[in-house]
Amino acid sequence: MKDEALLESLLTASGDGYFGNYGGRFVAETLIEPLEELTAAFTEARRDPDFQRELSGLLAEFSGRPTPLYYAERLSEFAGGARILLKREDLGHTGSHKINNALGQVLLARRMGKRRIIAETGAGQHGVATATVCARFGLECIVYMGAEDMKRQALNVFRMQLMGAEVRGVEAGSKTLKDAINEALRDWVTNVRETYYLLGSALGPHPYPTMVREFQRVIGDEARRQVFAREGRLPDAVVACVGGGSNAIGAFTAFLDDKDVRLIGVEAGGRGESLGDHAARFHGGVPGVLQGTYSYVLQDDDGQIAATHSVSAGLDYASVGPEHAHLRELGRAEYVSADDAEALEAFDLLSRREGIIPALESAHAVSYAVKLAKELGKDGLMIVNLSGRGDKDVDTVAKLKAGTR
Amino acid sequence: MTSRLQQAFHALRETGRRGVIPYITAGDPDLATTYELIVAMARGGATAIEVGVPFSDPAADGPVIQRACERALARGVKLNDVIEVAGRAVKATGVPIVLFSYLNPLLRLGLDRVAQHAADAGLAGVLVTDLPAESAQGFSQALQRRGLDLVSLVAPTSTEQRIALISRHATGFLYAISVTGVTGTRQQLSADAGALLDRIHRVTDLPVAVGFGISTAEQAREAWAQGADAVIVGSAIVRKIEEFGAQAPVEVERFVRELLASQAVEA
Repeated sequence: MKDEALLESLLTASGDGYFGNYGGRFVAETLIEPLEELTAAFTEARRDPDFQRELSGLLAEFSGRPTPLYYAERLSEFAGGARILLKREDLGHTGSHKINNALGQVLLARRMGKRRIIAETGAGQHGVATATVCARFGLECIVYMGAEDMKRQALNVFRMQLMGAEVRGVEAGSKTLKDAINEALRDWVTNVRETYYLLGSALGPHPYPTMVREFQRVIGDEARRQVFAREGRLPDAVVACVGGGSNAIGAFTAFLDDKDVRLIGVEAGGRGESLGDHAARFHGGVPGVLQGTYSYVLQDDDGQIAATHSVSAGLDYASVGPEHAHLRELGRAEYVSADDAEALEAFDLLSRREGIIPALESAHAVSYAVKLAKELGKDGLMIVNLSGRGDKDVDTVAKLKAGTR
Repeated sequence: MTSRLQQAFHALRETGRRGVIPYITAGDPDLATTYELIVAMARGGATAIEVGVPFSDPAADGPVIQRACERALARGVKLNDVIEVAGRAVKATGVPIVLFSYLNPLLRLGLDRVAQHAADAGLAGVLVTDLPAESAQGFSQALQRRGLDLVSLVAPTSTEQRIALISRHATGFLYAISVTGVTGTRQQLSADAGALLDRIHRVTDLPVAVGFGISTAEQAREAWAQGADAVIVGSAIVRKIEEFGAQAPVEVERFVRELLASQAVEA
C-alpha cells in the first residue's frame, strides 16, 4: 500500500466521530475508554428531556438567552452595501458564546458524577465560562492557560480567580492555547477517574467536536428564527471568526441545508504570511493530527507543529475543528482571513459606530463583513456572529495604540 | 517468520531471565551521543531499545521527556536523522530498536515510507503513542510485511474487551502502561500495574513490558515479580542524559547493568 492508501485505512478504520475524512480519536490508549464513557453519557443526555429542560432553563435564566439579533445600522451605512445583523453573543452571561458549551458540559459532568473540572483557555473566555459554571454548581475548577495569554488577558485571569478557580500558567512551547490544551490533556490522563475535561472548542478527539457543536448550535438555531421574524427571509451570508471554530460551527449548523446561504469563516491572518506569523490553517496548513483530531494543521516539513501568531489569543491556534475542514472540502463553507491590523481597525470601527466594543476575535469577523457588504450590494443581508465582548482586550489595544503612536 | 522482538523475548523466557528496555529521545543532547548511548545500552545488556522521535507537542509525556524533545528540536533533529542513527547503531550492535513516535511526524513523511525506511535501517518495530488499535491495522500490516512489529499499548483504563482486541492484533510485545498518567518517574510502582498484568495474562501469552514511572531496581523487581517480561525505563535515563550530557553513555550503561543485575538478588 502507498502512503495515501495507508492514511485512508487509518482514517476509515473506526466509523465514529468523523466528518468526511477529518476528526477521529487519536489519543493515547489511556484516554480511549474515558472518551467512550463520555460519548455514551453525551448520547444519553442528548435524548433525555430532563437534561434538555435543565439546560434550556439555565441558558434562559442564568445566561440570558436568546441573545438579540441586532441591526447594525451605522456599521452597515459605513460599509455601503448589504445590511449587517449582529448576533449578540457578547450579551450572554460572561460576555461570550463560551457559556453555552460550558453549561451543557457541566451538566454532563454532574450526570457522570465528576466533581473535579479542568479546562484550557486561550483568550480566557472559555476559562471564565468554566469557572462560572463551576461556581454555580460548587465544583472544583482548574484552568490551564498559556503564560503569554495570561499576560495579554490579565482581566480574565482575575475573573476566574474571583469565582474560585485555580489558574495554572503553562510555560511550555509558545505559551498559548495549544500548550494549555497539552497540559490539560496531561492532567486528564493522570486524574482521569475523577476528572471531567471541559474542552472549550469544537476540536480534540471524538466526541468533543460533535458535542461542542451541539451545545453551540443554539446560536444559529436562534439566529435563523430571528432573521425570519425580522426580515422574512434568510440571509445571504453568515460570517464568524474561526479559532478552534466553536462559535462558527454554532452559527453555521442551522443554515447547513440552506444552500443559498454562504457560510464564511474568518481565520487570523496575524502579521504576515510566513509560517509562524499567522493562524490561517486553511492558507498554509496541511492535514495532520494535533491533540487527538485529524484536521488542517500549521506544521513544518518534518511534521512539527508550527508556532502561530494572532493579536487575538482566542484565534491563536495551529489546528482547526475537523468539521470546518470537512465543510471546506465539500465547498459548503468558505474560509478567509483578516490580519491583525484589519481586526484592530474593525475593533475601533464597531466601537465608534455602534457603541459595541467587540472581542478582538469577533473583530476579525466584523472586518471581513465590511468587505463582504460591498460585494453583496444594497439588497444583501448578512449575519455576523459577534462571539464576544471586548472588555478583556482593552488593555492589549491600549498598549498597541501607545506603541504605534 | 519470527520477528526480532519475538526472538529477543523468546530468548529471555528460554533462560528464565527478565529484561530491561531503555528509552531515549533521539538527538538529546545530539545525534552523536544518541549513537553512543544506544551502543552503550546494548553493551549493558538491554533487551531492546526505544528510540524516541522528538515532537513539538508531546502530550503523553511528563516534563523530563518534554525537555528532551525541546533540546533535540532546538538542534533541528528530523525523523530521517533519527531512523538513520538508529540504523547505524543496529548495524554496530544488533540490538532490536523500536522507533517511538507521535503520529503527526510519521504522517508527514507518509506511513508507508516510514515502514520502508525503518525496514531499510534494520529497525525491529514502531510504537505510535496516539494511534489507537482500531485505526492501526493498515500500518501494522505494512510493518509486518517487512518483518517489523507495531508495538501496542494497554492501559489501566482499557476494558477487558479492548485488551482482547489489542492482543489479537498485537505483535512483538505488549506495552503495559503501569499507571494512568504521563511518562515520568514515580516513588512507587502503581497498584494498577499488578492488576493490569493479571488482566493481560488472562487473555494472551504475548510478552509484556511494563512502562511509565519505573526508575529503580526495586520497582523493576516488583514488576518482574508480577509477571512482566521486561520493564521500560524512560524518564530516569533521560534525566541522566540531561545531567551528564556527552558523558551520559557510561552512566546509562552502568544503570542498565544495575537494573538487570538486581534480578539475581531475587533468584
